[in-house]
Amino acid sequence: MIASSWLLVALPALGALVLLAGGKRTDGWGHLLGCATVIASFAYALALFTTLLGRQAADRSAEAHLFSWIPVGELQVDIALLIDPLSVTFALLITGVGAVIHVYSLGYMGDDPERRKFFAYMNLFVAAMLVLVLGNGFVSLYLGWEGVGLASYLLIGFWQYKPSAATAAKKAFVMNRVGDIGLAVAIFLMWKHIGGTSYAEVFAGIGDVPTDVALVIALLLLLGACGKSGQVPLQAWLPDAMEGPTPVSALIHAATMVTAGVYLIARANPIYNVTPTGQLVVTIIGAVTLLVGAIIGCAYDDIKKVLAYSTVSQIGYMMLAVGLGPFGYALAIMHLLTHGFFKAGLFLGAGSVMHGMNDEVDMRKFGGLYRKMPITFVTFGLGYLALIGFPFLSGYYSKDAIIDAAFGQGGWQGWVFGGAALLGAGITAFYMTRLMVLTFFGKQRWAELTDSEGREFHPHESGPVMTVPMMLLAVGSVGAGYFFVQGERLVHWLTPSLGELEHGAEPVLGHGTVVAATMTAVALGVVLAVLLVARPETPVERPARVSAVVQAARADLYGNALNEALFARPGIWLSRALVYVDNRGVDGVVNGLAAGLGGGSGRLRRLQTGFVRSYALSMLAGAGVLLGLLLMVRFV
Amino acid sequence: MFGAQVTALSPPSVDYTAMLPVLIVLGAAAVGVLLEAFVPRHLRWSVQVTVSLVALAGAGIALGAYVPGAPAQGVTTMVDTLAIDAPALFLWGTLLALSFVALLFIAERTVEPGGAFVSQAALRGAAGAGGSVSTREPETTGGRDGAAPADGARGMQTEIFPLTLFALGGMMTFVAANDLLTMFIALEVLSLPLYLMCGLARRRRLLSQESAVKYFLLGAFASAFFLYGLALLYGYAGSVRLGDIATAAAGSDRSDTLLFAGFGLLVVGLLFKGSVGPFHAWTPDVYQGAPTSVTGFMAACTKVAAFGAMLRVLYVGFEGVSWEWRGILWAVAIVSMAVGAVLGLTQRDVKRMIAYSSIAHAGFLVIGVMTLSDSGLAATMFYLLAYGFTTLAAFAVVSLVRDADGEATDLSSWAGLAKRSPLIAGVFTFLLLALAGIPLTSGFVGKFVVFSAALGEGLAPLVVLALVFSAVAAFYYLRVVVVMYFSEPAAGGASVTVPGAFTTVTIAAGTIVTLLLGIYPGFALEWAGAGGFAF
Repeated sequence: MIASSWLLVALPALGALVLLAGGKRTDGWGHLLGCATVIASFAYALALFTTLLGRQAADRSAEAHLFSWIPVGELQVDIALLIDPLSVTFALLITGVGAVIHVYSLGYMGDDPERRKFFAYMNLFVAAMLVLVLGNGFVSLYLGWEGVGLASYLLIGFWQYKPSAATAAKKAFVMNRVGDIGLAVAIFLMWKHIGGTSYAEVFAGIGDVPTDVALVIALLLLLGACGKSGQVPLQAWLPDAMEGPTPVSALIHAATMVTAGVYLIARANPIYNVTPTGQLVVTIIGAVTLLVGAIIGCAYDDIKKVLAYSTVSQIGYMMLAVGLGPFGYALAIMHLLTHGFFKAGLFLGAGSVMHGMNDEVDMRKFGGLYRKMPITFVTFGLGYLALIGFPFLSGYYSKDAIIDAAFGQGGWQGWVFGGAALLGAGITAFYMTRLMVLTFFGKQRWAELTDSEGREFHPHESGPVMTVPMMLLAVGSVGAGYFFVQGERLVHWLTPSLGELEHGAEPVLGHGTVVAATMTAVALGVVLAVLLVARPETPVERPARVSAVVQAARADLYGNALNEALFARPGIWLSRALVYVDNRGVDGVVNGLAAGLGGGSGRLRRLQTGFVRSYALSMLAGAGVLLGLLLMVRFV
Repeated sequence: MFGAQVTALSPPSVDYTAMLPVLIVLGAAAVGVLLEAFVPRHLRWSVQVTVSLVALAGAGIALGAYVPGAPAQGVTTMVDTLAIDAPALFLWGTLLALSFVALLFIAERTVEPGGAFVSQAALRGAAGAGGSVSTREPETTGGRDGAAPADGARGMQTEIFPLTLFALGGMMTFVAANDLLTMFIALEVLSLPLYLMCGLARRRRLLSQESAVKYFLLGAFASAFFLYGLALLYGYAGSVRLGDIATAAAGSDRSDTLLFAGFGLLVVGLLFKGSVGPFHAWTPDVYQGAPTSVTGFMAACTKVAAFGAMLRVLYVGFEGVSWEWRGILWAVAIVSMAVGAVLGLTQRDVKRMIAYSSIAHAGFLVIGVMTLSDSGLAATMFYLLAYGFTTLAAFAVVSLVRDADGEATDLSSWAGLAKRSPLIAGVFTFLLLALAGIPLTSGFVGKFVVFSAALGEGLAPLVVLALVFSAVAAFYYLRVVVVMYFSEPAAGGASVTVPGAFTTVTIAAGTIVTLLLGIYPGFALEWAGAGGFAF
């Protein structure tokens, strides 16, 4: 079973190969093959999972050696798969959510002339992502890392006739390369100081490495993780990546690829265990990102961009969790899994809304859609409740546990990180409620509008090929958290990969207090959103559970204005400022760098005159400088 | 080994078995010249192609038969002028394999009717003198429509085959030369045919001849540097043997000025051949002007030869004084990577773009050369093998994209190519990804092993710079991909000519090797790491 686990990767890779090499001949059935390979891969992953379950916890880690990839001198890089609870968990997530989204794409991309290519790229992505998580060392991880980057580039730019899509694809590629440099240098450093790059070798040798080197490795890995997972300061590409088709956003930019950074840090936990400073930096990055993402999420009207910033913010939670140390690893993975379900579900729901609304993404043109799309509304609503942490849904278990753990750090860290996580939960509730209200409730604003091509909107529910995947993911959004927490199932299951998990220092707040505080923050966020967004028209449908609070707040206009002045205005200014910084600052640096290089290139190019005499002169000058330096080095 | 020097009268011992590959290649080149004189014109092409390919295959077989039983520390022969050791054997294998594929590309006759080479511009429009890069010769007599060729005017200049073999023989001697004088002669033997070959293009003759003259003038200039360096080193060490120079440098009381001045000049000559910045100025013009198949041969094989020789000179002759010169090569590597990566950004011509890419790659190779370790040696040689096949296949693809004027190398005419020829666009994308160093291509493995070796020797800042510059260079590789896939096809743009069997084999071999060395580089890395230099 384990020896042939390469099949997991080979199946989708074969699908991609057949679809790409087969050309137009496969147009008729290619998409079905694409789905079948991923589903088969999922079945295999399930079988692998039950095999591991049948073993003792200590025996749940096995390597399947395939071949020797780069043997040069002392450097031996083998291609081998590491089958352990962590990698199998990811394999299940990738192939499971992947299979559901492939099926959904049958409907969503049904009319696209390039459907075959879409499925080929999606298969390519699944294969690369599996290489990333199943490899037994950092080099095979890097291989998958580049592979998913390539697939993501191809898929973001899939609608290449849109210039914005091509630009977004390029931006994603370039910003990812920045992170990749960090990862590559980290791998080189491992080889230099430890003499190996496989997980087993690195983790065995990390203890003997000087602390500062371990810290540098940890920070470089974090840079790689920031690039791939859209963390501050490399977050700007992720919202732009929403130019890709919605299933891509759901699979790659919500459920799987962008969480690769979290996987990397969780997998490299022995490295972080020896560098408390490295852990602290991870935590800080996570805390900053979760707030930045959440605040900017309030400012957008584009439904997919709001979800994208929400993803940035939620991955910030995971980063925060992995930075918290041993117990945090499992929490991060749990949030990653539940987030995989509900965020993929939310994206598919957004896709379904867009499908029914002539591909419109502006939420201001939606409104009152719950009547027209009941199934989308219910599944999306469940995802929404899970995301904001409504009691007993998935997000409640995973996110609140992270907030709890953040407070559990003790000392100033507990207050700062716990506070940030708590505040983030409130803002999350705010922007997600705003999204819900604008999209599904209120007046049917689309009734009086037309789309950019002048067609009227005729929202309609999507077909079963799209709604069934949404329902499946909704089940995950509702039940996954409870399933994982019950008897600490997930924590025990992951112990062989992440080490024995222990709770942190003395918490600064008791568990009960944290839960209460979180619930209050979430409720405040929801109420504020309803108050601000649903005016001036009284919303026809108002969530019943908050109506009393809303009325109480409405009774005090001054308090309402104060609320606005205290929270909303600064919030809006802050988000505007952040958006400004995001657009001008980060994009400016990226674009400016490109322009600077181009300009420099243009000026330097004039040196290439085409005259032999100037070439000869340049050679003479070069030789002169070289000789001068040589003699200087020798005699000075 | 040293017997020949001591007993002056005994004839030099020649290890014919070890030298057989070089002897076959040079012998076939001489036979090729005779064939040119005695074989009727209409038979020459087929006879020359057969002779050359058989000679290359024979040399390969001779090499293959010799390698398994070769002494581990290598042998020196011909009065110690040639050192046939593990690196030399690996580089010979690389050169033979690359030349075999390049020769097929050169022999192609269907893409350009009649073949790509002529000795003189036919008739019309040949009067123009001088000229600059932008001058374009009007197309010579209409061969496209299949008009009956005037006697010889449409035929291919078959001297190209013996010239290629001579150049190859020079390269093989160059990488095995154990003393600087032999190295200099080999340098001339490899360079002179190349100057000629650059000027033989059938189309855009002025550009082609201009490139040949430029290459010749600058090459002569660089040779002079090399020769002057050689003279100074002889003055210092009293010998031209690399081993003697190393011994002298270790324990001589003569002025070090001679040693370092000689070294500097020598290295300039070698860096020029390897198109390393700042001695790269000829590269874009020559790559652009030369017939594409010759460019492919040069880009792949000359690089192997130049860096092979550089490895030997630095490892054998100057390892002891590496502290003094390493800083200089730092600067050279940085300049080369920067020039290649940054100037490549604004190129509009695909051939020039690949030329700048080769300058950037030369910078990466310098990093490998500087390591002076066993793993660095193996890594650099592997990089040469990998890069050679990738770039050769890339030039072969470039030769297929044509419009009415011949090859359409301007980037704008490549717009939307993927829509018309998805296969060729896909292959070219793969090759560009290999040049950019994306995993699962040989380019990634090559960079990986070179950079790991460099880090092992404390060159970390250089490696970081190299990664940054390869990210910058990735940008222009990516731009070609974007143009091919994401742009609307230009009206009257280029189309892809169906390649003949020869070019097909070239592209297929280059692509397959690029993929194979990316997935399973083990056997090549093992061979490359088989042993060090003999001296």
